[in-house]
Amino acid sequence: MIRKVRSHINQNETLLFEQSSPGKRAYQLPALDVPPVDAASVLGSDARTEIEDFPEVSEVEVIRHFTRLSTWNYGIDLGLFPLGSCTMKYNPRINEVVAREPGLAWAHPYQPESLSQGCMEVLALLEEYLCEIFGMDAVTLQPAAGAHGEFTGIMLIRSYLESQGNPRKKVLCPDSAHGTNPATAIIAGYEVENIKSNEKGMVDVEALAKAVNEDVAALMLTNPNTVGVFEEQILTIASILHEKGAQIYMDGANMNALVGISRPGDFGVDVMHSNLHKTFSTPHGGGGPGSGPVGVRKHLEPFLPGPRLKKAGGGWTWDYDRPKSIGRVRAFYGNFGVLVRALAYIMAHGGPGLRNATLDALLTANYVRARLEPYYQIAYQAPSMHECVFSDDRQAAKGVRTGDIAKRLLDYGFHPYTVSFPMIVRGALMIEPTETEPKQELDLFCDALISIAGEIEENPQLVLKAPHGTRTSRVDEVTAARKPVVRWRRNETASKAAD
Amino acid sequence: MTYPENYGYTKEHEWVSVEGGVCVVGITFHAQKELGDIVYVDLPRPNTAVEAGKTFGSVESVKAVSDIFAPVSGEVVEVNQALADAPEMLNEKPHDAAWLVKIKLSNPEEIKSLMSAADYQSYLGG
Repeated sequence: MIRKVRSHINQNETLLFEQSSPGKRAYQLPALDVPPVDAASVLGSDARTEIEDFPEVSEVEVIRHFTRLSTWNYGIDLGLFPLGSCTMKYNPRINEVVAREPGLAWAHPYQPESLSQGCMEVLALLEEYLCEIFGMDAVTLQPAAGAHGEFTGIMLIRSYLESQGNPRKKVLCPDSAHGTNPATAIIAGYEVENIKSNEKGMVDVEALAKAVNEDVAALMLTNPNTVGVFEEQILTIASILHEKGAQIYMDGANMNALVGISRPGDFGVDVMHSNLHKTFSTPHGGGGPGSGPVGVRKHLEPFLPGPRLKKAGGGWTWDYDRPKSIGRVRAFYGNFGVLVRALAYIMAHGGPGLRNATLDALLTANYVRARLEPYYQIAYQAPSMHECVFSDDRQAAKGVRTGDIAKRLLDYGFHPYTVSFPMIVRGALMIEPTETEPKQELDLFCDALISIAGEIEENPQLVLKAPHGTRTSRVDEVTAARKPVVRWRRNETASKAAD
Repeated sequence: MTYPENYGYTKEHEWVSVEGGVCVVGITFHAQKELGDIVYVDLPRPNTAVEAGKTFGSVESVKAVSDIFAPVSGEVVEVNQALADAPEMLNEKPHDAAWLVKIKLSNPEEIKSLMSAADYQSYLGG
C-alpha cells in the first residue's frame, strides 16, 4: 500500500524564455549618476545594446517559476534518502549557524595572520580532530573534494617513493573500487591492475599476494568496501603491501561506518582521504562545494601540500618552508566554509556522540537488511556495515530489474536507492539509510520495497511501466544519451509543439 | 544467439576474427546484452600500439562505462568510424557490422589462447 504520497500540486513549467514578452521587467536600475559612455566607442563592433532572446519577465513570474521548480525536488529534508552519506546525509542546522558567524563568514584569505588567528585555530582544531578520528599523524585540509583528495594522496605516495629512489609503476585497485580510484592512478602516471573480489565480496588475499611486487606503488582500497563489507583481512593485506615497500591508500568515502570505532591508521593505512560532505555532514551539490581532507602517517608528512599551519609565539602562522612538499593543490586553504561546518559537526557530537552516530548508521542499515532479506537476494552473506547491497536475481526471473524497482519506488514517495552499483553485483540495489532515520521512516521505506516485491510476483507490468504517479513517466534515456539536445532553441520548441 | 565458429573469444567477452596477419576485434552478443543500450564508444586512433589483456577503449551504455580489453597485442590499423554516429550498431549487429578495430598482430602465438565458440558458450553457461 502506498502510504507516503498523495497527489499534490506539481505543475508543468515552461522555460523563462517561453514566458517572456517584450517590456516586462522584474528590476529597475537606479538612474545613471555618472557621465554616459558610448560602449561602441570603446568596444567597436563587439558592443551590443540587446541580448537576443533574453527573457523579459516580471518579479512574480520569476518567483513562481523557481518556486514551482522547487516542488519537483526530493531531498533529505523531505524524507529518507537511500543514497545515504555516499551522496549527502542530513546537514544539522547548527553547522549553518556556526558557518554564519560574521568573523568566519566574512573572513578574507588576504587578511593578515594577526587578524586571522580565529580562522587558523578552526583549521588547526579540525586537523587535530581528523588526525584523532583517522588515527593518522597529519592532515591537509586543502583538497576540494574526494577525487581531489585521492589525487593528492597518490601524488604524496609518488613523491615519497621517488625520494626512496623509485616511483614504481603500478597501482592496484579491487574490482569493487569506486571508478575514481583507477582514474586517479592513471592521472598520477601509474598503470592500473585490477584485483578480483572473492565470494565474500572482499579482496582475494591470495590474488593480491601474487600481484604485489617491487613494481607496485600502492593499493587503493575502500574500507568498508563498496558492497558495504569490512575487509576482514585488512591487517594481512597491509603486511603484504608493506613487505614489498608498497603503500596502502584508503578511499574514506565509507568512513561513516568507522568513525569512533575503528581507525584506518591503526589497521595499516598509510594515506587516506575522507569526504567531509559525506561523513561529516556538510552540504553538497547545490548546497555547497565538497571537501576531501587527506590524512597521512609520519613518513608522508614532509610531502603534504603547503603552506602548513605552525605554532609561533603563542599564535598560528603559515609555514611555507617545505622543500619536499608536492606544492599547493588548491588556492588558499581549502573550502573554508565547509571546513567550519565539519568542525561544528564534530564538536556538537563530541567523541561519544560520533561513535553513537556510527553505531546508529550500522543499526539502520542492518534493520533494512533484516526486513528486506526475505524478499530480495542479499549480495553477500558477510555482515553489512553502514549500507546493504541486494541483487535483483529473484525479481529478474519475472523480467523486472533493479532500475524498474527504483522507478516504482518513486510512486511510493521515495528517492531511489543506488541502482546497478557496485558493478560486481548483478542488478545491484544499494541502500544506505544513515544514522538519522527514525524507525517509522525506515518502516515506510521497507514496506514500500516489500509491497513492490509483491507487485512483481502478481503483476510485473505494473512495475515495468512505473512510475505512474509522477509528473512525467519514463523518459527516453537511450535517445537522450545517444542524441543529446543540450541547448534550447525557440523554433525547435515551436515545431515540436505543432507536431 | 549463434556465435560464429571461425571467431576466437576472450573471457572479457571480445571476439576476434583473423584475416591474414590482421585481427578484426569486436564485443560479443553476450557483452552487449549485459551492457544494455550502448550510447557511446571510445576507441584508440590508428597506429596506437595495444597489448593483450590491457584496456584500449571503452563502451558506455545507459547503465555503465566498461573497459574493452585488447585480446591480442599489436598495432591498430583501422577503426570502425561508423560507430561514432551509430553506437546502437553494437546492440544490433555485434558480430559483424559493429566491429571495433582491426589490429595488426605482433605475436601470432596469442591467437592460440583464445576460446572457440563452443568453449565460450560453455564459459557463459558456467
